Amino acid sequence: MTRQMTGAKMVVQALKDQGVDTVFGYPGGAVLPIYDEIFQQNDIRHILVRHEQGAVHAAEGYARATGKPGVVLVTSGPGATNAVTGLTDALMDSIPIVVLTGQVPTFMIGNDAFQEADTVGITRPCTKHNWLVKDTAKLSDTIHQAFHVATSGRPGPVLVDIPKDVQFASATYVTPQKANTKHYQPKVKGDREAITQLVELIEQAERPIFYTGGGVINSGPAASQLLRELVEGTGFPITSTLMGLGAYPASGKAWLGMLGMHGLYEANLAMHGCDLMINVGARFDDRITGRLQDFSPHSKKAHIDIDPSSINKVIHVDIPIVGDVAHVLEDLLNIWKARGRKTNAEGLAKWWGKIDEWRKVDCLKFTQSGNTIKPQHALARLEALTKGHDRYICTEVGQHQMWAAQYLGFEDPNRWMTSGGLGTMGYGFPASIGVQMAHPDALVINVAGEASWLMNMQEMGTAVQYRLPVKQFILNNERLGMVRQWQELLHGERYSQSWSEALPDFVKLAEAFGAKGIICKDPKDLDDAIMEMIEHDGPVIMDCLVEKHENCFPMIPSGEPHNKMLLGENASTKDAIKSGGAVLV
Amino acid sequence: MSALKIKKGSSKHSAYDLRDPNADVIESHTLAIVVDNEAGVLARVIGLFSGRGYNIESLTVAEIDHLGHRSRITVVTTGTPSVIEQIKAQLGRIVPVHEVHDLTVEGPSVERELALLKVAGEGDKRVEALRLADIFRASVMDSTLTSFVFEITGTPEKIDAFADLMRPLGLVEIARTGVAALSRGTE
Repeated sequence: MTRQMTGAKMVVQALKDQGVDTVFGYPGGAVLPIYDEIFQQNDIRHILVRHEQGAVHAAEGYARATGKPGVVLVTSGPGATNAVTGLTDALMDSIPIVVLTGQVPTFMIGNDAFQEADTVGITRPCTKHNWLVKDTAKLSDTIHQAFHVATSGRPGPVLVDIPKDVQFASATYVTPQKANTKHYQPKVKGDREAITQLVELIEQAERPIFYTGGGVINSGPAASQLLRELVEGTGFPITSTLMGLGAYPASGKAWLGMLGMHGLYEANLAMHGCDLMINVGARFDDRITGRLQDFSPHSKKAHIDIDPSSINKVIHVDIPIVGDVAHVLEDLLNIWKARGRKTNAEGLAKWWGKIDEWRKVDCLKFTQSGNTIKPQHALARLEALTKGHDRYICTEVGQHQMWAAQYLGFEDPNRWMTSGGLGTMGYGFPASIGVQMAHPDALVINVAGEASWLMNMQEMGTAVQYRLPVKQFILNNERLGMVRQWQELLHGERYSQSWSEALPDFVKLAEAFGAKGIICKDPKDLDDAIMEMIEHDGPVIMDCLVEKHENCFPMIPSGEPHNKMLLGENASTKDAIKSGGAVLV
Repeated sequence: MSALKIKKGSSKHSAYDLRDPNADVIESHTLAIVVDNEAGVLARVIGLFSGRGYNIESLTVAEIDHLGHRSRITVVTTGTPSVIEQIKAQLGRIVPVHEVHDLTVEGPSVERELALLKVAGEGDKRVEALRLADIFRASVMDSTLTSFVFEITGTPEKIDAFADLMRPLGLVEIARTGVAALSRGTE
């Protein structure tokens, strides 16, 4: 059946056929025909954000909490340029996002028309791919291709720029089944020979470790299941990047905690001392590796990644396996089982003995005393009081983000949304809105710092308008805490521009938007305040005033290897030195 | 916790490790990239090189299959072996890129470049220019009483050598196409 329709109608039809139920956007002159079509239907819900950056982060939150692509609709010019930070964020974290932008009519492109920007030019380096559609006949096919590219292989953001005359003109609609997606088909099956080589190493390794990342989450729930089976089966320890938290449960006995610059002592030392490193869907980011020359010097390294350009980009690996995590782990498990489920039990027992010694350092230990709330204590209480809930956590960027990763436990994938690669302050609040849209009945908490949160605070309007009960848990130290920490440690305690002055009264701010505000400054009131926050049926800003000069530990200073960690003053450093790690406190 | 005693300007003073781990051997490779002939495809390829700090020594691009909408981009690039591998992997990731061939490692290949050189002069210099052009098998495309335009085809090195010889003889202007390359044999 061939169907003639306008470009604007095609957009809405294509979104429906792609299974889209929610679009985050903001109207403007160049997308009015599409907004007119959205007005005349009820299948797709449009969420009106208050800034286009918020739309993209909300779509990212939606995508990460569901595994489906997030969809954004914005206008030309400033609408498109405001989306750039979100696109870059999604590119760095491999989040599938489809952004549709309006454009000035084709015959005005290049004339510096009102609200014209070279959108495909500006977004070329911050999208996985983008298209300018100059012919309505190609529009529906292009949108289907966009969804295909965003979600195939290593996921990422794509953008389709649609001039206004293309939206008005009519042409034949092409269904997703007939769309031209054949060319882009990344390889998902790993090389069997390489997988068998890895199994051989698994059978012999004395000091193995799984180093997992966001690729496990992106591969889908099956990948996390297979990973859990593999970890339980082999009894190997497992650590994860910031992006991969939840793929293996934090309560699992093989869990070492997050690794990297602010990772756990036992995780980093195990990475440094291992003889077999199995990288599953991570990319040897510089926040993970520390000093490259001294990165895990005595290990054989295997790397499973769907993106060939990730392999040998930073760290040379012995066994590269290009493929989708779930496909590769399935083959890996089958081969390992068929060969008799062998591991080096004696070596492993010794290895775990060593790891248990490192664990005794208790690197996250802190002492809550006095009348000021320690940020770690606030998160430990948040964890204790929300653990049983159907819970999703978002964060902004900075110290609170690292503390959230350290002190909150994630039992399942897709429950943790944080800006990893780009480190975008202002990500968490709009992301929490996207998550709550996807899971209306869940408890969605954004762990924030006051400075990050202010970067996209206008989205309070969105949260209130759509009655989204997102909980904004602000750890307020009146400082740009992470910047302050670096200035203390590395710039002679000269705190250049790293404090938050003229902060709003967050309770009044919440009330001004018609939401609930809670302030908490006494450790004695903390539990009650958290309970009040989670029990309130509506958006809440909780202003939790915390210790102003707390630093985030452990910390590997830049340019240092994994075994040169700075520990907090409460960690049992005596044991650490005894067990062989060099500690610089 | 007191401030760390770290010298300003050392890499530990930065949020990034400032030492370049790739400060070793630089190689030159000729890459052939087959792409969809669509708007913006060249910008994607060039943008990858500039965005990630790779070098371009020479670049040629033209449509090679009108019906199939394919173009061929030939790039001569330099970098350490690991950078060259990274360039190829990154190129392969671009959606409209169909094939990436490293002609430098995929067996023997032929490389040719065409150049036009305008040489102005009179008397002995003019005669000498014509004699050298003959030796280099360059042909005369245009002539006035005081100038020649030569066309020369060959490897980039041959063109460099010819241009060097023409410089003292009155070289006014030079236009080069950049390298086109194909692998030898039937494949």
